[in-house]
Amino acid sequence: MTETAFSGASAGLPTRPAPARFRRPGNGMSLLYLGAAAFFVYSLHGSEISVESLVNGLPNMARLIGEMFPPSIARLQSVGSAMLQTFQMAFAGTVIGVLLSVPLAICAARSLSPHPVLYHISRALIALFRTVPDLVWALFFVVTVGLGPFAGMLTLVVDAIGFCGRFFAEAMEETDKGPQEALTALGARRSGVVFSAVLPAAMPSMINSSLFTLEKATRASVVLGLVGAGGIGIELKVAMDLFQYDQAATIILGVFLLVLVVERLSSMLRQRILRQSV
Amino acid sequence: MTAVTLARATDAKQLPQGEPLPPPILAGGRAAPDAALVELDVTGLCKAYHGGPAVLDGVSLQVPRGQSVALIGSNGAGKSTLLRCCLRLIEPSGGEVTLLGEKVRALDKARLRRLRAEIGFVFQRHNLVGQLSVLSNVIHGAQSRQAGPGAWFHFLASRAAREEAMHCLERVGLAEFALRRADQLSGGQSQRVAIARTLMQRPRMMFADEPVASLDPNAGEEVMNLFAELIREKGLTLVFTSHHINHALRYADRVVALRNGRIELDVATAGVDAAALRGIYD
Repeated sequence: MTETAFSGASAGLPTRPAPARFRRPGNGMSLLYLGAAAFFVYSLHGSEISVESLVNGLPNMARLIGEMFPPSIARLQSVGSAMLQTFQMAFAGTVIGVLLSVPLAICAARSLSPHPVLYHISRALIALFRTVPDLVWALFFVVTVGLGPFAGMLTLVVDAIGFCGRFFAEAMEETDKGPQEALTALGARRSGVVFSAVLPAAMPSMINSSLFTLEKATRASVVLGLVGAGGIGIELKVAMDLFQYDQAATIILGVFLLVLVVERLSSMLRQRILRQSV
Repeated sequence: MTAVTLARATDAKQLPQGEPLPPPILAGGRAAPDAALVELDVTGLCKAYHGGPAVLDGVSLQVPRGQSVALIGSNGAGKSTLLRCCLRLIEPSGGEVTLLGEKVRALDKARLRRLRAEIGFVFQRHNLVGQLSVLSNVIHGAQSRQAGPGAWFHFLASRAAREEAMHCLERVGLAEFALRRADQLSGGQSQRVAIARTLMQRPRMMFADEPVASLDPNAGEEVMNLFAELIREKGLTLVFTSHHINHALRYADRVVALRNGRIELDVATAGVDAAALRGIYD
């Protein structure tokens, strides 16, 4: 019976034609696309793109890479110790930042915020932390708390709050409202709804964001050293300034390995945590 | 006094009596509804969303203690909205709801929470926290009487709470699934866990919003039988919505049909013809 019905339908022509594969954009959208393309060309000009410079620079690149190899192991111990400090800054900064992000994100989630004023303040704080670049925060903390890893860690805390605060709040807002309604219906308090329904549902996304923050912080902590905020960055700067490219190569390889190990470990951890239940 | 005479809707019609059906499952083995003790009294309840058309338009309904009422009607007739308005999960636009002697619309937050704690609510989509264990989901039922982390997760709960939750799970036949993630259960199992959560709540009355709508017929029958057994065992008042006329006739003492936010008919199930009830969907 079904077959007959289908074959009958396919044999005849539909009363309405199939819709076009693509919709022609309206005049406004066409203008917008055109404007974006024009700005891209203008941006290439603004970036002073020069094929000639690129071609002339190739021998220099080859020479620099040649001088980097073989990497020097002369200062391996101090490089290793700076590397450890870099990761310590990243790890401590991420953990503290993630922990501080949770209450801030609850206040910044529209459906959970205890008060509209608190919601706007939290959103503004997160936006401030996120939009100001970490190098600026590093300079700020170097000036206020002094040179060293503490300034770097504070920078990473702020960076983590800006990143996690936003993504945690969005993850909380996007959770299924059904379990929240069920808990409200049985007389649960707001805290009960948040901790029993919202946070567990948002947890996979929050764990992803936290581990990504750790990876990001590990990369960022390398750069922070360039402005005196501790870590391996200062070693790299000194090596480059003194034209000790073989030592710089050792540091770059170390950073590469560190970031790779953190990424692999966080990926394994993510899979393991997300399968568990409480 | 029969259930029909309790109906206050002025526009409710009596159905023609067809071939008599066997008495509803819930009626057997428990005391007749006590009309003197009205547990739910809805008067002129109205609800409209953002100035749109009325979803509920002057609904009036009384449910005495121990009665089981089935709300039927097409999609958008106002069944779910009526249940939610009774607990102020949705704020009514007008009218009055008195639930277990409390005027619901006059309650402050704390008293509303205490009232909600007395009503078990089973939802169509089960509404479990999928990332948590079955046991944690059941322990959430204790939040009706206990604030704080002890009712958030099973590993923080007291020994007594964990034992009570396990008893509730045994009652719905799912004790062996206690530590399984809730999102790894089948639809029927999820709904049984949701019922266990309401048992943990120790309710005085039950609401159920299309409790088997998302289940296959066999799982739906199993869940409804279990639900009916528990309601009968505890002697609870029940108001449930359903699209299954058979369920309405088997599990309710009384059927209230809604159409366009108004009560179209309000009859006792005894002796009602199923075919006549289907007319509400025309």
